[in-house]
Amino acid sequence: MILDIDKLSKRYGSGELVLKELDLHISGSGITAIIGSSGAGKSTLLRCINRLVEPTSGSITLDGVELTALQGAALRNMRRSIGMIFQNFNLIDRLSVMENVLSGRLGFVSFFQAASRRYPQADIDKAFGLLERVGLQDYVNKRADTLSGGQRQRVGVVRALMQEPKVLLADEPTASLDPKTSVQILELIGDISSELGLPVLLNIHNVAQARQFAQRIVGLRFGTIIFDGAPADLDEAALDSIYEGTAGTGDEDDWTPIRRRDEVPGAGDLVEDRA
Amino acid sequence: MSVTLPPESRRWRKPPAIANPYARYALFAAVAAYLVWAVASLELSWARIMTGIPRAVQIFSRAFPPDFSRRGLMIDGFVESIQIALVATLIGVVLSLVLGILAARNVVPRAVYLVGRAIISIARSFHPVIVAIIFVKAVGFGPFAGILTLVIYSIGFVGKLMAEAIEEIDPGQVEAVRASGAGFFKVLTYAVFPQVLPRQVGLSIYQLDSNLRASAIVGIVGAGGIGGTLMNSFRRFDYDFSLAILIVMIVIILISEALSGRIRGALT
Amino acid sequence: MTGYHWQRYTFAQRMWRYLAYLATVAVMVWAVKDLDIYWPWVKDAPVQIADLLGRMSPPKLENLRQIGSALIETVHIATIATLLALVLAVPTAYIAARNTTPNQALLWLGRFIVVSTRSVNTIIWALLFVAIFGPGVVAGILAIAFRSIGFVGKLMAEAIEEIDKRQVEAIQATGAGPAKVVLYGIVPQVLPAFFAVAILRWDINIRESTVLGLVGAGGIGLILQSAIDLFDWRTVATVLIAILGIVILGELVSAALRRRVL
Repeated sequence: MILDIDKLSKRYGSGELVLKELDLHISGSGITAIIGSSGAGKSTLLRCINRLVEPTSGSITLDGVELTALQGAALRNMRRSIGMIFQNFNLIDRLSVMENVLSGRLGFVSFFQAASRRYPQADIDKAFGLLERVGLQDYVNKRADTLSGGQRQRVGVVRALMQEPKVLLADEPTASLDPKTSVQILELIGDISSELGLPVLLNIHNVAQARQFAQRIVGLRFGTIIFDGAPADLDEAALDSIYEGTAGTGDEDDWTPIRRRDEVPGAGDLVEDRA
Repeated sequence: MSVTLPPESRRWRKPPAIANPYARYALFAAVAAYLVWAVASLELSWARIMTGIPRAVQIFSRAFPPDFSRRGLMIDGFVESIQIALVATLIGVVLSLVLGILAARNVVPRAVYLVGRAIISIARSFHPVIVAIIFVKAVGFGPFAGILTLVIYSIGFVGKLMAEAIEEIDPGQVEAVRASGAGFFKVLTYAVFPQVLPRQVGLSIYQLDSNLRASAIVGIVGAGGIGGTLMNSFRRFDYDFSLAILIVMIVIILISEALSGRIRGALT
Repeated sequence: MTGYHWQRYTFAQRMWRYLAYLATVAVMVWAVKDLDIYWPWVKDAPVQIADLLGRMSPPKLENLRQIGSALIETVHIATIATLLALVLAVPTAYIAARNTTPNQALLWLGRFIVVSTRSVNTIIWALLFVAIFGPGVVAGILAIAFRSIGFVGKLMAEAIEEIDKRQVEAIQATGAGPAKVVLYGIVPQVLPAFFAVAILRWDINIRESTVLGLVGAGGIGLILQSAIDLFDWRTVATVLIAILGIVILGELVSAALRRRVL
């Protein structure tokens, strides 16, 4: 798998550029962790790859195919080969675990099969196998919203793997989980990545975990890459250059700003007033 | 790309909403049978429907363009409907408060509560048009019958919601006032009303809007308002006038609804 | 030490309250004076109402068979019309919801259908359809159905607009086409609202169907109208009691359905 991102830019409406002519080259397998403060563009970057967000300019090629030009059925076929897991799991709450897992195959089955829930036996075998792998075989017909956060994310991982993707995009998959469960999920992603030879792009704001689980770290700051290297090379100076002076706006799901508030001019006043 | 564990072959179908297959098929059969019976017994004739289409075309062509020339008549009718709605809402809302108290389990003895609830249920069950006909026969044609009709209509709706609101009040507040030695009416004023009156204002405005819609139709049976004008225009085949009335009616209803929503939003 | 003074409302608040009272009173006075009310009849009203109630009792039981079958016809009209309306309201809601409508033109069309069918009362629709299709149940079914399309369409469109977009996003990311995205991403989220609205509207339609006959559109209203025309007040009483019964029955069935389905 070779993912080539070339001069990728994204502007929302008439505002500032969120991604500024970003260049990134991903090949082989392994986990590439993308770190940076909120508003740095991590989420936008991932979503540009599978076109959930439309790039403003630039090119993205996956195994030689130009992704930014795809439309209609070709776009949907491309999405099949890109799996994605989300910070809020994004499961269909009212459907069962099995239906959520099988929905990973929606790009491959007919409308009738999807509507009647009569999926090919091969898909069902695969589903059961994966659910056993993540320890959820007893939850097959339980409604997704009865599961805990960690369980839901496991279902999310299985759903993505059902697509048999070439690459996995993980958008802050542990941000909504407690520390222990976060580690479980990251370990699962790590195991899957090495077992299947599946490259993973992992947005993560916990730098320690990024260092622990990733083979490569990319640091994003205000839409440009300012660090790209091995975890061992990520020292204090590098971290400062990624995070310094960022107040955190834009990405409403990222709580990093609260940690950094004392470095923002005037934020201290706010804290005092409330006390 | 292979999975690490060997897959075991298992069948899976989505579990049906009704687990018991006999119950499920019985339900399908019952529904199908009902539909067949209903359609058959209604004597729907396609011929009738087919002849309706050209007649519909004829009516619509006569309806365009809408005739606004008889403005005076229209304005009189709409003003009368609005007046009926206003008066009926005021009277109805006051009565609803009284009836709401009488139908609240936590404020009055059980016998009174049952009677109160019964009155409200009966008031709700009858369509305002039916109530209008009865009042027209009792007190004669004209807006008075319309006002009485909408008072009943308001009681049915606002009365029920007031009773429910009163039943949901914080008993602690009632207890506190009662402990100070206050009698029934003082308890009402100081412990019950402050909790439910804000809701009542919102409900009253909603009911004013509902009454405005309803007052338009009670006129069809002679209880005053634009309904009578509309009915006459249909009877006389003045479809262009009918369309004009309908257009103005829709506009007034939309304005009233928007205003009502705005005011209620500002109150909360 | 000065005497303490407490008042519930500030001066400004009191002024506004007086203004509000004054305005209400003024509007009421205008409304009542301007209305063409024949006051002697108002004074006479309690007597007249009591007289009418007296003439209605005891309710006549002779025509029970006829009333019964008319009641059943009323329920049929309500049920079939509700089903018809549900089928038509779903696509209407789809195009009337900002987040699912394919284009601006269809959005306006959907909105127009919803607004116009909601704002015209069932009885008025009945008048129109009786003029087109003649007296009978066809007019009644169409009248109830048209009014219901607006009601169901508006509530469903609101439900669609309130869905969690992230679930839809996840399904899109799997490469599913638009139909399957609706099927898995939108339908499960709006299904509870759909059933609730459907049951509610059916309940309301039972009530609405009872009056269709008064303009000739079928159902028990026909019997009611003829009884009134013949001054047969005791039959009127019977019909009213029957209507009360069917409405209460409808409410019980709706409540039971709601418990089962939701």
